Amino acid sequence: MFARGLKRKCADGDEDMEGALASLQRQSLLDMSLVKLQLCHMLVEPNLCRSVLIANTVRQIQEEMTQDGTWRVMAPQTAGQAPRDRLVSTEILCRAAWEQDGELPAPGSADGDAPDLVSHLCGAPSAPAPRSTQGCVWDVDGPGEDRGSLQKSLDQIFETLESKTPSSVEGLFGDMDSPYYDLDAVLTGMVGSKSARRPLPSSLFRGQGGFLQAGRPPGPA
Amino acid sequence: MVLQPNERRYRDWSHRRLGPWCSPTGSPAPLSCETGCGEGSWILVCRLLVPTQVSLLSMEEDIDTRKINNSFLRDHSYATEADIISTVEFNHTGELLATGDKGGRVVIFQREQESKNQVHRRGEYNVYSTFQSHEPEFDYLKSLEIEEKINKIRWLPQQNAAYFLLSTNDKTVKLWKVSERDKRPEGYNLKDEEGRLRDPATITTLRVPVLRPMDLMVEATPRRVFANAHTYHINSISVNSDYETYMSADDLRINLWNFEITNQSFNIVDIKPANMEELTEVITAAEFHPHHCNTFVYSSSKGTIRLCDMRASALCDRHTKFFEEPEDPSNRSFFSEIISSISDVKFSHSGRYIMTRDYLTVKVWDLNMENRPIETYQVHDYLRSKLCSLYENDCIFDKFECVWNGSDSVIMTGSYNNFFRMFDRNTKRDVTLEASRENSKPRAILKPRKVCVGGKRRKDEISVDSLDFSKKILHTAWHPSENIIAVAATNNLYIFQDKVN
Repeated sequence: MFARGLKRKCADGDEDMEGALASLQRQSLLDMSLVKLQLCHMLVEPNLCRSVLIANTVRQIQEEMTQDGTWRVMAPQTAGQAPRDRLVSTEILCRAAWEQDGELPAPGSADGDAPDLVSHLCGAPSAPAPRSTQGCVWDVDGPGEDRGSLQKSLDQIFETLESKTPSSVEGLFGDMDSPYYDLDAVLTGMVGSKSARRPLPSSLFRGQGGFLQAGRPPGPA
Repeated sequence: MVLQPNERRYRDWSHRRLGPWCSPTGSPAPLSCETGCGEGSWILVCRLLVPTQVSLLSMEEDIDTRKINNSFLRDHSYATEADIISTVEFNHTGELLATGDKGGRVVIFQREQESKNQVHRRGEYNVYSTFQSHEPEFDYLKSLEIEEKINKIRWLPQQNAAYFLLSTNDKTVKLWKVSERDKRPEGYNLKDEEGRLRDPATITTLRVPVLRPMDLMVEATPRRVFANAHTYHINSISVNSDYETYMSADDLRINLWNFEITNQSFNIVDIKPANMEELTEVITAAEFHPHHCNTFVYSSSKGTIRLCDMRASALCDRHTKFFEEPEDPSNRSFFSEIISSISDVKFSHSGRYIMTRDYLTVKVWDLNMENRPIETYQVHDYLRSKLCSLYENDCIFDKFECVWNGSDSVIMTGSYNNFFRMFDRNTKRDVTLEASRENSKPRAILKPRKVCVGGKRRKDEISVDSLDFSKKILHTAWHPSENIIAVAATNNLYIFQDKVN
């Protein structure tokens, strides 16, 4: 399914399709993971183990995308054909996007909460263009900001506590940590400079799931 | 034993069926521990419901209990989320079985005593004591509630007439004393029978108070509260073989406690990075060696186990042994790390082996060999192709536990659809059984289940797509010396017994 070693031979029509599909799948996994992280993050009491595992998955995808070297161009046509194999949640997030011209996952989909999350995810600094309005963000020839926007959103997730400009997207573990700060400092005697942040209210997340009830699950059999 | 009025509704419907306790040939049954899982057949002994005020019982229950619950009576039975069992543990003799639930309650069941008249009733467990161990707390620092869910219960070995157990939620460990009282003093001079003070002027004679029998009362009292030592969520507690200390482990730290001292604990493992942004691994489970009080292991979210010796240094950040299996490159995927995360680690009774549970397998490791496990058992490999869906609905993060039988010859763990699996290490046979109301008549033999992976589905098989992933068996326990197992399915506790017992 998400076999990392899916080989792509030299530029061949079919192989490109396969490669593009793999990239799409990888992208959808990345989107799903980022949403999970964000949801996790909005929980007042995040499950640390879960967050770490999801964050590691995101890092792994990011590394592989970086290793590939090329932010592959994903033509809208190709993208349009893939959705039938896509997972439900990312389809919800991405359906609107795929129908548009070359833009990557944008909010405004069925899930009412998602738009807030995704735009929140991308953060204030680059708010106007979450991915890119200039065609595909994966455009190799595109300006550096486009290519780096994914990196930027990831960095915002992993923003360090020492950041002088706390954005609306707070560092993942930093925020989880700072409410514990006082207790932790007392316990361990370690003191660091951490800005006190209040976590967001948690009413949203009530547990995902229900996809695999008795009966046929959605997605590929 | 007299049950308290509100405990009557816990009794189950298990029918009394007579039968000699021997194998079909009529010869004496083999010792239960030696049977393994292949030869014996498993029967349902009883199904116990963890109750709340609003938990309802089906039409099969005792009439008494229906009357008690009359005010809430509906046509269906359901349980509140507080009833969900979150931990199950036999004590060291197997006489008692403790369960903890999401509502912070502990319910202790006691084994029915053997009697000549009703020999077939032995093996049933009835309620012994119920108490509220943990209450929801409010952490004002974070403006959040600390869940009262009982994460783990561990018994202390019995040293006198009372029973002691440790129960923990996310933040606080408590030591509970459970004791029986069946006598009460009567004939005080200064108080009357109801406890009111007597008018001294009316006292004309002296008498010596005597102990008279009374209805058995089981009371639970909190003896120690070990609080404020964990920043992160406690996932494990383990009593040391010295019976003087125990450890509690959270996501990033492990603390060592002395039972007598509640205001201090000793930090023995700390994997918290200086910069939390560098955090990539957490502690998932920890346990003391059953015989060596200086040795313990802890598992991580990256699928590694570290064995530490407390004699080596005060802070055991540097492990003595490091157990990790090299990754199988052909199975590599983005989910490899998640499914390698170890959800439970257990020493064998002998202390020679450790067993770990990750998402798809159970592994047995020899303490003397660090580079790979000696045995690997596939619990539900048919899920390997479904990992993406399971990631999507969060099932991939489910934490299954695993247990050894008394002789370390059989291991057991849970799965989905209320299935649980047993693996016989000697015969290499395995069996899948189901804990469900629909399929289990009391004393009926459990039928082995099979999941159909592909192709033609046989009559009794169930296909992977039909599995109910909301019905998961996370918590199971095995009697220390007999083939009696306790399986927790949501709010139900199933007790099964080997037929040849």
